[in-house]
Amino acid sequence: MPTADQTLDEILTLAATHFKVPREKLTPDDDFFKTLGIDSLQALELLTRLEHHFRVELPDYELQGVSDFRTLASRIQARL
Amino acid sequence: MNTYQGQTLSWKLQEGVIDLALHRSPCNEIGLPTLHELEEFAAALPNLQASAHALVLHSTLNTGFCAGADLRELYRGSQELGREAALRGVRDFLERIHRVLNTLDAAPLTTIAAVHGVTFGGGFELALVCDLIIADKMARFCFPELRLGLIPGFGGIPRLKRDLGNSVVRDLLLTGRSFNATKAQQIGLVSQVVGEGEALRVARATAAQIGKFDRNTSATAKKFIKPIPHQELQQEIDLFCELFSRPAVEAGLQKFMESTDALPYLP
Repeated sequence: MPTADQTLDEILTLAATHFKVPREKLTPDDDFFKTLGIDSLQALELLTRLEHHFRVELPDYELQGVSDFRTLASRIQARL
Repeated sequence: MNTYQGQTLSWKLQEGVIDLALHRSPCNEIGLPTLHELEEFAAALPNLQASAHALVLHSTLNTGFCAGADLRELYRGSQELGREAALRGVRDFLERIHRVLNTLDAAPLTTIAAVHGVTFGGGFELALVCDLIIADKMARFCFPELRLGLIPGFGGIPRLKRDLGNSVVRDLLLTGRSFNATKAQQIGLVSQVVGEGEALRVARATAAQIGKFDRNTSATAKKFIKPIPHQELQQEIDLFCELFSRPAVEAGLQKFMESTDALPYLP
């Protein structure tokens, strides 16, 4: 099982790759809506990609109010 | 009419397969314009199916297959018409779309929904009418209606009950959560999960395979294994209308209208 730091790093790399943002510009406490410039539809797409990548289910209500990578990582880590 | 190009959808008959494409921006919301053209399609279907063994239903929009009912239209209607007239309008809409969807559900040809992206609410219900669902791995399914104080109104619950276990239906309905294509396949809703951008190609390949079999035999098998739950479908309309008449629904719709989010029906 990956460590919490590894999970966070994988999320940042996946988000940077998919939304074509330089990886070095993303930090754990960034608001991913703002940093990635995404809307709710793209956030849903990110959720789907993360579920596939980590092979977990992330119910939408677990992510309500979550907008930073660190908290997102903790929600995923809790399901690994 | 073997080809049709409408405002919200189009169809063409080619090599025994009816290609029915949704293309109403932003995400094929189903309101009166779509309903009208779906009725046109249902009226054309008896002639089309004489030369067809399969139907492929898909969306040409990047956003997804279909985001469900046009809630903005529903809200405007409820504001302009007043409660009693709006309720009559909703019942009329539901009766009409149920007739169309029941026609598609029972059509004596094999129907395949090729879905991607947002497949929510009425869009999910549209896919459920089809015999097979082939899903892009990025497809996402959801019944968000309870957030508005409603239940699905286009036949979703009876058709889910027909196809899936009751506990899965309760999870989908009562949590309102969305789930991905892999989960949809695990619970038996989706027959194939394919790579990004591949759902339509695979649906067409599947339609070609189905064309190898005797059409009447396929129709007989379908009729035997896929009964239309008419009584429950009617109950659903009644329950929906009962819920729609409550003030909580208007508040939910107003909240939706006032949202500044690009796609506020998302979770």
